Amino acid sequence: MLRMLLARLRQGRRTLAFPPAANPLPARFRGRPVLEGARCRAVMPPCGAERTSGTLAHAPGALPIVDLGASLFAPEEAAACPERALRFGPDYAMATRTREALRTSTGEIELAQRLAERSRRLFGRSLRLRAVSAGSCNGCEAELVALGNVVFDIARFGVQFVASPRHADGMLVTGAVSLNMRLALEKTYAAIPDPRLVIAVGSCAISGGPFRGSPEVLDGIPAGIPVDLYIPGCPPHPLTLIDGILRLLGRLESSR
Amino acid sequence: MSERSGSPIRAAGGDAVGLALRNRWSVPWREVPELAIERFRQRVVQGVRAGARLCLLFGVPEDDADTRIVAVLAEDHAGRLFALSTRVEFRYPALTPGCPSAHLFERELAEQCGLVPEGHPWLKPLRRHPPDHLPARRPAPEIDREAYSFARVGGGQVHEVAVGPVHAGVIEPGHFRFQAHGEEVLFLEIVLGYQHRGVERLLERSSIERAMPVAESIAGDTVIGHSETFCGAIEALGRCQKSVRAQSVRAIALEIERLANHLGDLGALAGDVAFAPAAAYFGRMRGECLNLLLELSGNRFGRGLVRPGGVGFDLEPAMAADFRRRLAGLARDADSVGELFFENESVRARLEGVGATARDACEALGFVGPAARACDVERDIRHDHPYGAFRFTQIPVSTAWAGDVAARALVRGLEIRRSLEFVAEQIAALPDGPPRQTLAPLRPDEFVVALTEGWRGEIAHAVLTDARGGIRRYKVKDPSFHNWPALALAMQANQISDFPLCNKSFNLSYAGHDL
Repeated sequence: MLRMLLARLRQGRRTLAFPPAANPLPARFRGRPVLEGARCRAVMPPCGAERTSGTLAHAPGALPIVDLGASLFAPEEAAACPERALRFGPDYAMATRTREALRTSTGEIELAQRLAERSRRLFGRSLRLRAVSAGSCNGCEAELVALGNVVFDIARFGVQFVASPRHADGMLVTGAVSLNMRLALEKTYAAIPDPRLVIAVGSCAISGGPFRGSPEVLDGIPAGIPVDLYIPGCPPHPLTLIDGILRLLGRLESSR
Repeated sequence: MSERSGSPIRAAGGDAVGLALRNRWSVPWREVPELAIERFRQRVVQGVRAGARLCLLFGVPEDDADTRIVAVLAEDHAGRLFALSTRVEFRYPALTPGCPSAHLFERELAEQCGLVPEGHPWLKPLRRHPPDHLPARRPAPEIDREAYSFARVGGGQVHEVAVGPVHAGVIEPGHFRFQAHGEEVLFLEIVLGYQHRGVERLLERSSIERAMPVAESIAGDTVIGHSETFCGAIEALGRCQKSVRAQSVRAIALEIERLANHLGDLGALAGDVAFAPAAAYFGRMRGECLNLLLELSGNRFGRGLVRPGGVGFDLEPAMAADFRRRLAGLARDADSVGELFFENESVRARLEGVGATARDACEALGFVGPAARACDVERDIRHDHPYGAFRFTQIPVSTAWAGDVAARALVRGLEIRRSLEFVAEQIAALPDGPPRQTLAPLRPDEFVVALTEGWRGEIAHAVLTDARGGIRRYKVKDPSFHNWPALALAMQANQISDFPLCNKSFNLSYAGHDL
């Protein structure tokens, strides 16, 4: 017992304040992509970078689009730009309320607005989520599990993962949605009582991620399941997840 | 560059019966001997009986209606692999009756290539998908993804418990079907495939640049292990010599990945036996290992680090000094929290004797990684088939003998200490050299097997190139492929309530198995 108390004393307090006073992430962290459009605009027709980059979409005759929902946050995606106009910045806040909001010409996005008043009153101080993994690599799940550790401790904000969809206020989906998980995903969604939230976590759930185009996946959450919050990343950093969920609940200022 | 060659192995009569290879050594495809099916079957069964391990068994579709079946046997003590093949059309005599470790491989062959291994004792779908490696002239059959017949135990007092694919915690999908008598589990059948994303086809169809993030997503908790194996295979086919510095940085990253996961697993075990302090401390230490990878590569799981020809990011002197300091702190914590956990009598009472697997079963079914080492089987790719930095600095193989949950925890505890020592040593004497070399085009019509000791055990990728140096066949094997049957066996005659503990003690990958 004494040994346990001594260990407890040595371990100290490790929980990270949220929002942190300063960005705690190291220099190489690949956060929200930024496109300096002025340097890119001259390049028409498309330069070809879009072929190796999920982040960039570039249709002939149109301006390039930065798509956070399809980005794999891979170093090659930025390196593919011949003008060096695309880079991954230090910003971890990236969640939006709509799929369209993830597509911009610069990477500057409108972050998620809080829920409408009724939902916010229901869920704002206590949100229980059912996690469904559906055709993922287990990277996003690992970061969701990390939300429960002493450093990120999302339970301090009243957010909990629960065992049954019938006990849940919403569903958090990871993975590109494999054909073999489609039925289970639909059944889980149907079992959650109304009103319910759906949160798409990671590039796979938003766009198929690295598995996009495989005949074995649906390239993300199918249209029949409306999504309330998109959290990009491959996988999203735990701070990106906390930021997104708290914005949805109206626990953070909506502006940057 | 000169033509390479393996060494043909000849039977007494003089005909080649196998081609000897080494880990990450590519050879011309035409040198892999093609035997008649009976001869092939006999060689595999005899080889395994003589102590070799069935490392891979997979199909390569041909342009006609045939499939080439390739077997790779590993002679771990000689550090040698050997490859042999046969050509079959539709039905062939199954290997499994003579070689139990072929069991899942042959179910995979049947599913991927549309073959029928006749006499297979347990021929059921493995991942439930239509064949994706059919020979050119074979029509694709229709499949029913929901059709699966479970084994059932009869008797009035026997009851059945079905769990999944959606589980209570934040975990991957899988279905577990228990046949239980009271609390005692008589039989557990595990049905997977829910995470099937078509990884092998994606790797075969994509450019190397596009395939890289797919390889990093085979199992998201084993990014370094699988990207290391992918790059090892590609570099062998592209005749690329990495700098010793790049090899060292990659080995450091592999061991940090092992540290993160082993620490996380010990924390999860502590959580399952309700020993909250150790669960919290181990969990926090796991995060610190992930943060080292974040510092190095910009991603907590090391995405972006391992690249064909070396590493995408260097471990510069200032960062190396910082790593040394942080790792020394982790080593102190690992000792004190390890003591807290392993020397606590109520923890030991809860872990010992639960979920034991026998050494015989381990040998027969070919378990790998900590699951094998916990049954006193010395099996570790870093030791048996060393490559890169592991050729110069050896890590002792950590074993335990009881084969139970406690033994699997103990092996992890020992490996944490040894990985910390290895990483400290590598960082202290990081060799000079460019982080990354350019990769030449892949050699046409060559075959390579790359093995890596991931934190769960042996990762194997086999790659075959076509006449233009594109990828013709990409076979992936995650260690979980061998170890899921170990979990099913470990549960027999145990209490159903011990399932979470047994499951955690293996902590297998669904994504890595399902591909």
